[in-house]
Amino acid sequence: MFKLSEDGLKYVKSELTRYETKQSAIIRCLYRAQDENGGWVSPEVIQHLSEVMEIPAAQIEEVATFYTMFNKQKVGRYHVQVCCTLTCGMLGGRELTDAMMKEAGCKKTGETSADGLFTFSKVECLGSCDTAPMLQINRDPYIESLSTEKAVQLVRDLRAKAKGH
Amino acid sequence: MAESKYLTEHYGKPEYCTLDGYKKLGGYQVLEKALKMQPQQIIDEVKASGLRGRGGAGFATGVKWGFLPNNGEPRYLLCNADESEPGTFKDRLMMERAPHQLIEGMIISAFAIKAKKAYIYIRGEYTGPAAILEKAIAEAKAAGYLGKNILGSGFDLDLDLYIGAGAYICGEETGMISSLEGLKGQPKLKPPFPAVQGYLRKPTIVNNVETLAAVTYIIRDGAAGYRKYGTEKSAGTKLFSISGNVNKPGTYEVPLGYKLMDLINIECGGMKPGRKLKAVVPGGSSAPVITAEECERATLDYECLAQMGTMLGSGAIIVIDDSNCMVDVLSTITHFYHHESCGQCTPCREGTGWMEKIVHGIVHGEGKPGDIDLLLKIADQMKGRTICALSDAAALPVLSFVTKFRDEFEYFIREKKSKVRGGQIYAQMHA
Repeated sequence: MFKLSEDGLKYVKSELTRYETKQSAIIRCLYRAQDENGGWVSPEVIQHLSEVMEIPAAQIEEVATFYTMFNKQKVGRYHVQVCCTLTCGMLGGRELTDAMMKEAGCKKTGETSADGLFTFSKVECLGSCDTAPMLQINRDPYIESLSTEKAVQLVRDLRAKAKGH
Repeated sequence: MAESKYLTEHYGKPEYCTLDGYKKLGGYQVLEKALKMQPQQIIDEVKASGLRGRGGAGFATGVKWGFLPNNGEPRYLLCNADESEPGTFKDRLMMERAPHQLIEGMIISAFAIKAKKAYIYIRGEYTGPAAILEKAIAEAKAAGYLGKNILGSGFDLDLDLYIGAGAYICGEETGMISSLEGLKGQPKLKPPFPAVQGYLRKPTIVNNVETLAAVTYIIRDGAAGYRKYGTEKSAGTKLFSISGNVNKPGTYEVPLGYKLMDLINIECGGMKPGRKLKAVVPGGSSAPVITAEECERATLDYECLAQMGTMLGSGAIIVIDDSNCMVDVLSTITHFYHHESCGQCTPCREGTGWMEKIVHGIVHGEGKPGDIDLLLKIADQMKGRTICALSDAAALPVLSFVTKFRDEFEYFIREKKSKVRGGQIYAQMHA
């Protein structure tokens, strides 16, 4: 069963009164719950938020399923989202994703590597076309101006970092 | 003419991000002036300046403000910082380098339209700019630029940041309003337009980041001062996001009416060595593509690009050189629109899927005779038949790519390989 932490509950309560209507708090509360649930929005997350926010689960689910940044399936510790639209597509975003996936041991996008570290998604324009190709891991700052070599090294570095902890 | 740093004058200075730094460089002085004016005077000044929406549609800002009903209902100002038109990244720069510039423009604009509550809707992926804005809003509140009785004027304004979660359609103003209401970001039928019935069915003005930032400069310099830049119908400067096969991609501010080729050759340092210009998408992925020959005649203003059958859009210029296969480039665009269609309207939901399937078929060497005509027919039937403009935005690139580079599409279908990329198909091109 998923339950928000005490701080998480406090956060949700304050968000509920932040906007003109409490429905407007759904997105921020989903982010919070997703973070506390290891990076994805499970049916239990929706049920729990529904109870805490006193909003029908269907309304929360419709938001969770409409927007791409809520993962409806488990993802690895590093959800690597590579932009492949237009400029990034022209400048190597697609090749770079394939190379990173090979290094990480993922056969296809959406699949998590056996070590549980990596999940890859090809995503749509992230608004950083002057530094193409680029990517975003989870909701962290963009990693820009990549080459295939740099991107593959990034996978190795993240793996080493994860082992170190 | 050359690059004109008007809105971006201080973007190179890191302190411009902070309240103190912004104030030292003249920040919030225009707000003091504006709060002593009558709201209608500000609206008139913005109307006279000829400012047009910088998000893509290019609608006259002052005219939009004039649509607000005079019925005493609460009204809202909503800043569109969703920036998701492929190729566009200028708003991100503005929020990162000058958050207070946006906030000052918003306070002045809210005062003009008599809104007491304003939101900035920022796309969910922009976590960095969102953190910068949160900090700047808190600074402005602490300094009395937001909240009750701003600078003793009797004007109250509450400003908050709302975060999206990944959906291109939320950049469409009624889709954005749905999202702000805590719903799926699906657009609503117009009329009623948001200025009459928007957020929570109350009058709402939705303006782009750059548009709102420009308002401060119009009040500072007056409409006539603002009009020193640009052309009669395209007044002022504009920030252009340039990406693709140029030596120095980036954001450049130039007066409207600037020559496209000057921007490419002077500001962006021209094409990569040994490469030739093939095509440009001049206003974000929704704008019809223009050929190298057309680029020679193009000036960056609303009227010239409209005459050429394309648009200035969000000012996102994607430069494509002769190493690119146009079928392959279009395949990323058709994928994008299929992914981003919200699914409400059948012509868009189905049409974007069909177009993606056909273009991807061609680029994988599985094109069939008749595909080109089928694409043109589908695209044509998607125009003007849906709640919002996404369907048209998906159709226009297909129509223009296929019409202007028909030989590449015909070759790919006939020979089962690219005319450009050494006779490859998708799997080889991207190995």
